[in-house]
This record gives sequence, C-alpha cells and structure tokens, in this order.
Amino acid sequence: MLLLPFGSAAVITLFTRRWKNLSIFISVAAVLGSFLCSCLIFQRTDISTPEWNWIYIRGIFHAPIGFILDDLSRLMLLVVSGVGSLIHIYSLDYMRDDAGKSRYFAALSLFMFAMLGIVLANNFVMMFIFWELVGFTSYVLIGHWFERDSAAEAAKKAFITTRIGDFGLMIGILMVWMATGSVVFDDIVAHLSKITSNPGYLTIAAVLIFCGAAGKSAQFPLHVWLPDAMEGPTPVSALIHAATMVAAGVYLLVRVAFLIHASQTALMTIAWIGTITALLGGLIATQQSDIKRILAYSTISQLGYMFIAVGLASDEAAMFHLFTHAFFKALLFLAAGSVIVALHHEQNIWQMGGLSSKLKLTFVAFIVGGFALMGVPPFSGFFSKDAILALAYQRNLPIFAIGLTTAFLTAFYVSRQLIVVFFGKPRSESARTARESPLVMVVPLLILAFFALTAGFRAIAKKVLVVPHEGETTLIVPMLAIAALLAGAGFAFWIYRNSDREVVHVDLFRRLFYIDEFYAWLIDHTQELLARVAAFLDRSVVDGAAVRGASGATVQFGSLLRLFQVGNLQAYAFLFGLGIVALIYFVIFH
Amino acid sequence: MITLGHYLTVSGMLFTIGFAGVMLRRNIIVILMALELMLNAANLSLVAFSRFHVDPTGAPNYNAQVFVFFIITVAAAEVAVGLAIVVALFRLRQTTHVEDITTLKF
Amino acid sequence: MSPTLFWIFALMMLVFGAAVIVNRNPVASALSLVVCFLALSALFMSLDAYFIGIIQVLVYAGAIMVLFLFIIMLLDLRAEELRKINWIASAGGALVALALMIQIIAVIERLPLAKQPFPPLARSTSDDVHHIGMLLFRNYTLPFQIIGIVILVATVGVVMLSRRERQ
Repeated sequence: MLLLPFGSAAVITLFTRRWKNLSIFISVAAVLGSFLCSCLIFQRTDISTPEWNWIYIRGIFHAPIGFILDDLSRLMLLVVSGVGSLIHIYSLDYMRDDAGKSRYFAALSLFMFAMLGIVLANNFVMMFIFWELVGFTSYVLIGHWFERDSAAEAAKKAFITTRIGDFGLMIGILMVWMATGSVVFDDIVAHLSKITSNPGYLTIAAVLIFCGAAGKSAQFPLHVWLPDAMEGPTPVSALIHAATMVAAGVYLLVRVAFLIHASQTALMTIAWIGTITALLGGLIATQQSDIKRILAYSTISQLGYMFIAVGLASDEAAMFHLFTHAFFKALLFLAAGSVIVALHHEQNIWQMGGLSSKLKLTFVAFIVGGFALMGVPPFSGFFSKDAILALAYQRNLPIFAIGLTTAFLTAFYVSRQLIVVFFGKPRSESARTARESPLVMVVPLLILAFFALTAGFRAIAKKVLVVPHEGETTLIVPMLAIAALLAGAGFAFWIYRNSDREVVHVDLFRRLFYIDEFYAWLIDHTQELLARVAAFLDRSVVDGAAVRGASGATVQFGSLLRLFQVGNLQAYAFLFGLGIVALIYFVIFH
Repeated sequence: MITLGHYLTVSGMLFTIGFAGVMLRRNIIVILMALELMLNAANLSLVAFSRFHVDPTGAPNYNAQVFVFFIITVAAAEVAVGLAIVVALFRLRQTTHVEDITTLKF
Repeated sequence: MSPTLFWIFALMMLVFGAAVIVNRNPVASALSLVVCFLALSALFMSLDAYFIGIIQVLVYAGAIMVLFLFIIMLLDLRAEELRKINWIASAGGALVALALMIQIIAVIERLPLAKQPFPPLARSTSDDVHHIGMLLFRNYTLPFQIIGIVILVATVGVVMLSRRERQ
C-alpha cells in the first residue's frame, strides 16, 4: 500500500512524463489502490507488521524499516488516503489544462507515499526522513507554477520556514536517542525512565520536537509560510495545507505523547502556543480578501485548537478535531477551488458575489464546510471543537476564554466570506457569467460534504477513533460556544449585509501583525551580521591564510622547480651529469 | 706492460668524451653519435674484463662477449629508431637542433 | 700484444672520438666515428676477442655509420654549421665531463685488479665464434629471442615513424 504511490511517482517521473493521460491514470489508480488497502487494514486488526534491518550498529544505533499499526495510525491512514483519493479525482479536472500535469501528479503521488510513510513509521529516523520528503514534495507542489515569481518565492519560504522547525526536531530526536539509546518508539517507551529522570533535559527535548511539529503545522511563530503556500494549485492547498501535511505535526505530537506528557512545561508551552496561534489566525483571517488566504489563516487557527488539545494532554480531542477538520477544511478548499475555476482564477472575494444562485452545488458544499468550521450543531466541527473547549474549560480557564473568542472570530470570518462571496450583487464580469464546475469536481465535494456533516456524530466517530468523553461537562460550554457562534455570525451579517467593499479596516490584522516585516528586520540585523562575520572569516582566514596560503606556497615552490625545467636537452644532460658526479663522489670518495 | 687498468682508463676516457658530446653538441645526430661512443666505451671495458678473467680451461670468459654482442644489437636498433625520429622531427620542424625543440616544459 | 700497438690504437681511438664531438660538420663527425670504431675493433682484437672485433667493424663501421651518413645526406645539414656557441654552457659541460673523467680514473687507481697484467691464455681463441654461439643458444636463449623481438619492433617503429602523413 505504501509502495503504490511511490511506484506511481517513480513510473511517472521516469517513463510517462510525455503521456499525460497515462500518468494521471497511474497516479489516480495508485492512490485509490492505497485507499482500498487502508480500508482493508482498518477492518482487520490482526495484520502483522514486517520489519527489516536498515541501519544497525550493534549497541549504538538501530533504525529499522518498520511499521506501526495501532488505532492512531489506522485512523490517519484512512484520513490521508481517503481525502487524498478525493483530491486526486478533483485534480483530474482542476488541472485539466495545465502543461505540467505529469509533474503535478508525480509529486502528488510522492507526497502520498511520504505522508503514509510518516503515519506508518515506527521509529524517529524513518519518520524524520519521510517528514523531510513531505516537506520537499510540498515545496515542489507549492512551486508548481514556478514561472510565477510569487509561487517560487512562496515555495522557498515554505521550505525554509519548515526547515527551521525540522532542525529543532532533529536535535530533539538526537537528544532522545542520546538519553534512551534508541529511536524506535516502542523501545523509547520501554526506556522512558532514563529520560524522565532528568526533567530539564526532557523538557528541552520535548520542546524541540514540538518545534518540528510547529514548523510543519504552521504554529506561531513559524506560521508565516502557510498563507503564502496558497500560491500552489488549490487541490494542493486542500490536500497538503489543510488536511494532511499540516496535521502531521499534530500526529507527531500524539505519537510521542508519552514523551510530552512527562513534561508539564512542554505541555504548557504547546497549549499556549496553540492558543496564541488560534487567536492570531482568527484575527488575521477577518481582514483578508483572498478567498484562499482566509481559509489558510483559518487552518492556522484550527491547528492552534489541535495544539491546545495536545497541550492539555488530551490526544483524543486533538485527533478528533484533526479528523473532522481534515474533511471540512478539504471541502472548503475544494469548494473555493471550484469557485476560483468558475470565475477564471479570480481569488479576490470582493470581485465575487451573488454566486449562490449560479454555483448551487458548490454553494451547498461551502455552506456545509463553513458551518462545520464555525461549529454549528450538528455539523462535525461543533463536536470536535466543543470537545476541546470543554477540555479547556475544565483545565485552564484563560485558554478557554481565548478559545471562545477564537470561536467567535471563526464564526465572524466564515460568515463574512459566505456573505461576500455568495450573496449580494455580482461585483465583476466573471462573477456574472460564472458556470457550475464539472461533475468530476463536484462529486468529491459532495462526498466530503457528507463526511463534514456526519463525521462528528458520536455513532460514526466512535467507529474510527476514541471520542473524548464529555460526560461530566455541564451544558455551559456548548451554550457559550453557540452563543459565540451566533454573535460572530450575526455581527458579520450586520456589517457585510449590503457592502460591496471592505468596511472595517484594521491595519494590524491586514498586515498580519507585521510578523513578516519583523522577520525581515530580524534577519536583516542578525543574519546580515552573521553573514558578514562568516564572510570575513571565510575570506581572510579560510581563503586567505589556509587555502591561498597553501596554494601560494605550492605555486611558489613549483615556479622554483620550474627553473630547472628549461626544456633544453643539454641542460637536462648537464644536470644529469652533475648528479652522477655528485653521486659517485658521495658513494665512493666521501 | 699493458695492464687491465690501461684498458679501463682508455674506456673511461672514451666514455667521458661521449658524455661531453651529449652535453655540448646541439645537433641531435651528433648527440646520437656521442651516445654510440659511450656504448662502445662500455663494450671495451667488458671485453677487457672478459680477457682478464680466464677460466680453468684457459679460454676467456665468453659471457662478457655475449653481453657485448647484445649491446651492439640493441644499439643498432636504437640508432635506427633514433634516426627515424630525427627524420620525422625534421619534417615537422625543419631542424635538428635541440635548442629549437623546447616544447617539453612547463 | 705489444704496448706500442696498444698505445697507437688507443690514441687513435681517443683522438678521433674527440674529433667526433669537436667537428662542426656532421659528415666529418661521422667519418671520424668510423675511424674511431676501427681503432676500437683493433683494441678488441688485441684482447683476443676476434669475433667481437669483426662484428664491430661489420655492424658499426659498416651498417650503422652508413645509416648515419645516409640520414645526414638526406636532411642536408650543412646549413646548420653556423651557430653561436654558448661558451658558459660549454665550459660548464666540459667541467662536468672533466670531473667525471677524474673520478673514473681515480676509481680505477683504487682498483687492485687494475694493476695486474692479463693472464696468459691456454689456447688460441680463433674459434670463439663457436664458443659464443654455443653460449648464445644454450644459456641465453630467452634474451636472444627477446633481442629478436626488439629488433622487429624497432623495424616496425621505424617504418611507422618515417611514413609520410597522408594529407
């Protein structure tokens, strides 16, 4: 199952780049096949997992190629391959006229391979390799339209930003390995006492691992790449930047929960970073005008929720939200993609309007996704968000308050988007003439809409994962959440009811809290300085003294020797005779 | 009374004359001739030693003379190849002077 | 052999050997070389090595020197007689050669064997062709074969070298 997408990627890159339709067929078939396998694996619980030795240094280091199959990875398998297949199908049409179709599908297949690899890996090293591979495929896919400068820049930004986090992850892995002598999850659990005996060390390791997760899952302060990643094709945004890859961070933390739960400091860090991210994402989303960027910030915000759950030591709630979020956010992105295609790649929401009557199916899908995101009962988002809020209510009231504010903001910006895009008068020529997208695009939308609607129901959710218990909670949390929702939605409706352009201007939100500017400033003042020092060292010490010194000495010595190489036969004979005379003198007469 | 030393001294002088020729002359053909002189100086000392070491049957040591025979043969081959190279060089450069052939240097 | 003859031939050999390198005309050099080799072959015969003396005349004075003369004529080298002599280099070379000669003579002086006269031979060496032939084909078969191949390779090489490049 793992090998299917990989094989497909390899085949497409190596052989079938020329025949676009064939490559597409291979890719889609591969992902569907791996989805079927996932379903089969999900049904059966008695599958044994093979394990091969890969790197083995006796007593020091052991990194097998091994797989882990527990409830967690089963669930992720299902989500990843399921959403992945739908998005593959959706891409069939979305990328219909694209010149780089083969490349696109090859990268998509490779991404599926890497993502499934992360999910199945049973040790840190293997996971890290797939982790990087995911980062790389994400880079390729964001930069798919590499002829556009902004796309190439965004791809670089995404890659570099996540690299910062990955570096932390790598150090974290090394620290864990140093303490426990193993990188295999099971062995680490067995030797956990070795690392928990040193709380400071453990905290640093856990926080460093969290760095990797934060980079991948776009948590503050490494969130800046995700909105720019919207330069990629919309299905990619849906697949990578909403449903799967960004969730990998959450998955990683849940996978190593045994480590993180041992450190209160790390837990609090994660929870508060999640809170800040949730609030920040929500605030910025209210002022964006690009349909995909709104969704991107909303994703950041929702990922913040998941990290709150992880930080409050409730992996079930985090995975539950991840599960529902994968469906409704993919749905929202695909619906947005459908709108974008219908409007000939127009992404500014102020150029849309009045689309509810023209794009009926898309509208329905968007409504479902939006309601799920807002947390309207009985849509799935309601249950999962409620679980997290209930958790926060019980364990940490400040976080609960901010979470509630974020819920209000979520409702506000989703309603704003819905109202501006689908109601009112059409505000541009293309909006007036928009046509519904073809069936291939709409069917995945409807399937996802179905899941977004129902995935939250306990009856369905229980089948696939452990639903967090909420028995003892009072009604006050859902009530407050619904109140926040209504307030947000109503507020948005009141403001944007009839407006044709932005009426609220908050520069701070619109400019993304000046975080990009701050980073630019920071890099200017730190990296520049560092680069100068490094350049100085390189030029004068390394180049000047070591390299040039050595080469200069060689050259000087060579030109000294060169004096003997006159090219004249007589001179050689003369020197030869001189040598012989000297030799005889030393051997016989000396 | 002519001793072995006389022959060896004459041989050594001939060798030195040949060596001086190699060092001083600039014409490749003359240099080849000087090389022949050196080879023959070696031949002379070999034959002198051959005559000096009389074996029990009273005959000179013929091994040295076989060696001289080989040297003469190889010298003949060497001169043939050397002169062919000189001819090829002359065709290419119109010269037989070593001062004009100094390409083999850095 | 009488000392008089030895001194005559040794002197003749050295003088004409020196003439080889002193003459500025290559033809004169080559002819001096012939005389030098004739004197050398006389010295060989004075050492009772008749066969070597004869092939010295046949191969060197006959074949090789003809080859030299032939090439000199072919290349028409007379025009190159007029060239400036680098006196410093010549003096240096002569100095080195002189040092070498002094060293050789000094080595011979130290050699006790060099003071001894040649022991008398028990029998005539007029049949030395027979002895050399027996040695050559009995003890030195492999070197003899290898010399044959060397000459063959030299022949092929000469043909290759002197072939005119086709334009």
